[in-house]
Amino acid sequence: MSAVATGPVATGRNLGARIVDVFTSPKSGPVLVTGVLFLLMFAVGGVRYRGFLSGQVFLNLFIDNAYLIVLAIGMTFVILTGGIDLSVGAVVALSTIIAARLLQAGWSPGVVILLILAITSALGLLVGLMIHVFEVQPFIATLAAMFLARGLCYIIAKESITIDNPFFVSMANVRIPLGYRLSITPSVIIALLALAVAVWVLQYTRFGRTTYAIGGSEQSGMLMGLPTSRTKVLVYVISGFCSGLAGVLYAFYTLSGYALTAVGTELDAIAAVVIGGTLLTGGYGFVLGSALGVLVLGLIQTILSFEGSLSSWWTKIFIGALLLVFIILQKVLTSRRT
Amino acid sequence: MRNTLIQALSHRLFWPLALLVILLTVNVIAVPGFLAITINNEGHLFGSVIDILRNGAPTLIIAVGMTLVIATRGIDLSVGSVCAIAGAVACSIILGSPNPGDPGVVTVAVLTALALSLVVGLWNGFLVSVLGIQPIIATLILMTAGRGIAMLITEGQILTVDSAPFKFLGSGFLAGVPVATVVAAAILGLVALLTRRTALGLLIESVGINPEASRQAGVRARGLLFTVYAVCAVLAGIAGLILTSNQTAADANNTGLFIELDAILAVVIGGTALSGGRYSLTGTLVGALVIQTLVTTVYTVGIPPIATMVFKAAVVTAVCLLQSPTTSAALARRRTAGPASPRPVATPEPAVTR
Repeated sequence: MSAVATGPVATGRNLGARIVDVFTSPKSGPVLVTGVLFLLMFAVGGVRYRGFLSGQVFLNLFIDNAYLIVLAIGMTFVILTGGIDLSVGAVVALSTIIAARLLQAGWSPGVVILLILAITSALGLLVGLMIHVFEVQPFIATLAAMFLARGLCYIIAKESITIDNPFFVSMANVRIPLGYRLSITPSVIIALLALAVAVWVLQYTRFGRTTYAIGGSEQSGMLMGLPTSRTKVLVYVISGFCSGLAGVLYAFYTLSGYALTAVGTELDAIAAVVIGGTLLTGGYGFVLGSALGVLVLGLIQTILSFEGSLSSWWTKIFIGALLLVFIILQKVLTSRRT
Repeated sequence: MRNTLIQALSHRLFWPLALLVILLTVNVIAVPGFLAITINNEGHLFGSVIDILRNGAPTLIIAVGMTLVIATRGIDLSVGSVCAIAGAVACSIILGSPNPGDPGVVTVAVLTALALSLVVGLWNGFLVSVLGIQPIIATLILMTAGRGIAMLITEGQILTVDSAPFKFLGSGFLAGVPVATVVAAAILGLVALLTRRTALGLLIESVGINPEASRQAGVRARGLLFTVYAVCAVLAGIAGLILTSNQTAADANNTGLFIELDAILAVVIGGTALSGGRYSLTGTLVGALVIQTLVTTVYTVGIPPIATMVFKAAVVTAVCLLQSPTTSAALARRRTAGPASPRPVATPEPAVTR
């Protein structure tokens, strides 16, 4: 299934009808709705709070959520095939703790990062093989991987380890100026590069097309001669790799490794992907939408911190309520046509 | 003899049961008196097995509800949060009354907690059946927001209650058997009776196997889904009350944390597929027992607590791999290839692709 948003041929139809069509198509509709809601929330925040409507507040969304963007990328691949990956939060924690431990032992940062990416990709490969060869349901296979990764965290180190390696510290502190007193961190560039690669892979390669095809109908894809088995295993390798990369970015961000870090991050990633318009049953969705979903989650946090007086329980209720609003809006807007 | 063995091997509860036996054997080797059950002077049963049955009760109760939800091709992630809400409501009512030890107050507290759980379940059912939202996302909303609601009720505090009738639910004994175990057994029996002695179970399975076909055959899927999610939430509420009563405190953050994963795991170990359809309550019972025995084994064998999760991952992986269609196909090939085979064993049906 082509993922390019091609509106219906609009000969002799006015612009209004075309817009309605684009917004209510199951492919592009949810992403556009999310985009509009994001702008609305930003505008409402700008009206309510002083200093909200600034470029740096917008860029901070990227700085604070760079790791979540990378996680959501991997999750998008998996969900597009109709699977799910519950292990990503635990793998992020495992990556931070491996990084902290090895840097403490005096390893060079480059080797550590490569090793982390190799380990998490290998874990993804194992999960993928378990799902494909042994036909274990993704929910259960990745749940086992989650237990394994968290357990390994505890075995490596129970306490939080601070990272004082000069390279990691510089990655945390360096700001890349963009002019007009705006700046970003190197992590943002890494995340955006990953995003660009993911968009290219999903839209313009055979692998990407096969990913969509598996989500649409695995059997049809297989009968068409697409390499479904290989692709199905590979999406979990990609998710593992992305989790490792996200873990490295998270280590840049927090400068520590801790076994209990990033608990429940897998749900944030899944929520971001869903808000971004990817169907959990697979086949429909865009990786850019998932990035937009991450920004929406980040914006909720920002608004809550600007609001200031809200307690932590209201944060949870608020996020749940917004998740609901997004899902229902998408549902209503996209179901009109069918 | 050989035929019986082959039949036993191909039974879908063979591997979970074998695992349970292995785990128990390991325990008996580590602690020789593991299986012993003693009766103390008050007439209460004591022993490691009784502990497994009592501590496994909340997981089992939730897993029973989860089995029905999963059979309709759904999933309920909000059960852990429902546990927290039920505990928080009950504790705040008991604490708010002038006489916390009064059985009437406790009854009101328990019923209010269960009523609220029912409302939560109906909400989940509404999202899934009326709005048609995917179950995992529909219940994710309350999984996130539910703990917030529980914290709102407890105002962020841990509510400690000192009430004899309430404590009875979690740590009391009824005719020598722990109350939690009795409740779990009653629920399992009742649900089994209602779904297996009537057509209800068949209808639930048909909705899970093919929602569209069952709708055209006249099955009222919408009402069934409502019922199933409501039952699951009420059962989660009961489990939450047992957990809270056992700790004599409501902790909005930690009551029933990750219990949804254990419950789903119990259902899957018991042989019910997450893709819906055929379900097995007996399997769920075995699954819940396996999980609780696993936890107990960690303590008795002296596995360092830090390695617990790796151990759990290993066991879960082992069960899943042994139960997988690929493994049973490979085993079947080996059996048919053997010269001593009395008659060809029918090749297992090809794995169903989604």
